[in-house]
Amino acid sequence: MAVFINKDTKVIVQGITGETALFHTKQMLEYGTKIVAGVTPGKGGLEVEGVPVFNTVSEAVAVTGATTSVIYVPAPFAADAILEAVDAELDLAICITEHIPVLDMVKVKRYMEGKKTRLVGPNCPGVITADECKIGIMPGYIHTKGHVGVVSRSGTLTYEAVHQLTQAGIGQTTAVGIGGDPVNGTNFIDALEAFNNDPETYAVVMIGEIGGTAEEEAAEWIKANMTKPVVGFIGGQTAPPGKRMGHAGAIISGGKGTAAEKIKAMNAAGIEVAETPSVIGETLIKVIKEKGLYEKCKTH
Amino acid sequence: MNIHEYQGKEILRKYGVAVPNGKVAFSPDEAVKVAKELGSNVTVVKAQIHAGGRGKAGGVKIAKNLDEVRTYAKELLGKILVTHQTGPEGKEVKRLYIEEGSDIQKEYYLSLVLDRATSRVTMMGSEEGGMDIEEVAEESPEKIFKEVVDPVIGLTGFQARRMAFNMNIPANLVGKAVKLMLGLYQAFVDKDASIVEINPLVVTGQGDVMALDAKFNFDANALYRHKDIVELRDFDEEDPKEIQASKYDLSYISLEGNIGCMVNGAGLAMATMDTISYYGGSPANFLDVGGGATAEKVTEAFKIILSDPHVKGIFVNIFGGIMKCNIIAEGVVTAAKEVGLAVPLVVRLEGTNVELGKEILNASGLNIVAADSMADGAQKIVELVG
Repeated sequence: MAVFINKDTKVIVQGITGETALFHTKQMLEYGTKIVAGVTPGKGGLEVEGVPVFNTVSEAVAVTGATTSVIYVPAPFAADAILEAVDAELDLAICITEHIPVLDMVKVKRYMEGKKTRLVGPNCPGVITADECKIGIMPGYIHTKGHVGVVSRSGTLTYEAVHQLTQAGIGQTTAVGIGGDPVNGTNFIDALEAFNNDPETYAVVMIGEIGGTAEEEAAEWIKANMTKPVVGFIGGQTAPPGKRMGHAGAIISGGKGTAAEKIKAMNAAGIEVAETPSVIGETLIKVIKEKGLYEKCKTH
Repeated sequence: MNIHEYQGKEILRKYGVAVPNGKVAFSPDEAVKVAKELGSNVTVVKAQIHAGGRGKAGGVKIAKNLDEVRTYAKELLGKILVTHQTGPEGKEVKRLYIEEGSDIQKEYYLSLVLDRATSRVTMMGSEEGGMDIEEVAEESPEKIFKEVVDPVIGLTGFQARRMAFNMNIPANLVGKAVKLMLGLYQAFVDKDASIVEINPLVVTGQGDVMALDAKFNFDANALYRHKDIVELRDFDEEDPKEIQASKYDLSYISLEGNIGCMVNGAGLAMATMDTISYYGGSPANFLDVGGGATAEKVTEAFKIILSDPHVKGIFVNIFGGIMKCNIIAEGVVTAAKEVGLAVPLVVRLEGTNVELGKEILNASGLNIVAADSMADGAQKIVELVG
């Protein structure tokens, strides 16, 4: 089962002829991802890594029946690439590109209202269902198939958490990187809801960071709806206020969006929050042992 | 990116937003010359630094004649202003804004900001102007009004009118307030601002509705399409290491500690700082080398860290995804050989091309302490720095 993507997902790569996209297309193919087409305007008819290239998304979809797209298009053109994926009525568009102007994303979100496409990202590592389908830039080897869902605003922290789980013998269903930008597609609640409805997922790791109120809203939702245990971590606990920490998302202002507030809200919703990023795995194991889920979650 | 008040007001003028007459001055002589040209009864001498709270910190003076303009200009130029936004070290005043005095009847608050919760630009207004808006939000939230803007249609006339009436702008001046709000919104979207704050917006005795202050912040990701805004950047307002880092698209922020950090990804970079602090150390910086870094960029990043005299040790923590470990390793080795490595270096590599990266480090002959995990690396560097 898992969420959003599986071994049958047919994927197109937007911007496939770029250097980064090519490298990761190769890695995704090696992982077993069904990449059926690439799109680069003006490069239609080419073939790269054995994948046919089309000029437009709609053409690629019509020929291959793809349902999902991954976007590596450079920032100035990335918003348009998302619109193209939405217009082609894909189920899922995963945008890896970072540094997209935020007002471009405001328009994209408005355009997406009432449309069928789910957007993950931008500025995210992508989505991976262990041993089935890897869409994005995450290193595949750290993932193992299992029963823990992972959702995170930070790419590299997702790898950190997944790596710890794998080393501790706890496999994952799907890891979803929702991205660190202030305006993005899929949010914590969307991913949590998907994990809650997925029979293969028994527990969830949720990794947030300072800035915004997405973690607080997710905590409220978990308290009211989540039937599975959730453990968390919040990055930026020692970041000085008012400083912009790389992610457009990670900025605290006016006392809002601090790590302390988020941890408080999460604890109040029954979410155990790891004290340091190094003990995310340990914290999850402690919680699933308490809930009697450890044996079921252990990779055999 | 931030700009000065006088630069913000120049942008506003172009969008039909009423602002008092005024001009920038870099010396007392210039200040007097500008004041003479303005010819107003009362002249305001305002310190230009990238921080709010200037008034309370003594950075805004009212001069009744040209002699007073000179006196205040002399007093302010070169002065270190400490406001609640500058930090305890304060900021040196190098520019002044000389502005004609306004006959203020009442002060209001008006801003445009991107609201993450709705993914829309939101206009906020209040009749409680001239003070800290966070305090108003805390004490009387019912006095702050919001209008959420649909990006397709933009800020509409009725929304601006509703805001003006909610703010209790005198009925005969609502038309002027609406014009100001529409101009402000247009400036915000045209220039890819992330915040525009007018505090205070004022109604004058002459029946004008004017922006008496202008605070702009621009979306760094959109600067590539706004050469005019990039030109307004004032390097005196920024940390030299941060300027150097920005030339190489590195996200770098100076901090107070002594452990230099080089990490990929903002989340992991913050988590690395958290972990160093947890083990009793103190990070000297936040540094995210980003996803698409080249060995050259990594080398520069390393040099920037080493240029900080407080740095007593370096922790490189990389979990490669889009970033390849071998690129990081090459950059670290090149930089260490170029500038010499006099402080302990702990490196933790994991992820894409990790084996290649480790080989490069091992073959370099450099004195590098390898770490198995983030916690292991943080403990090792904290011990080595002592």
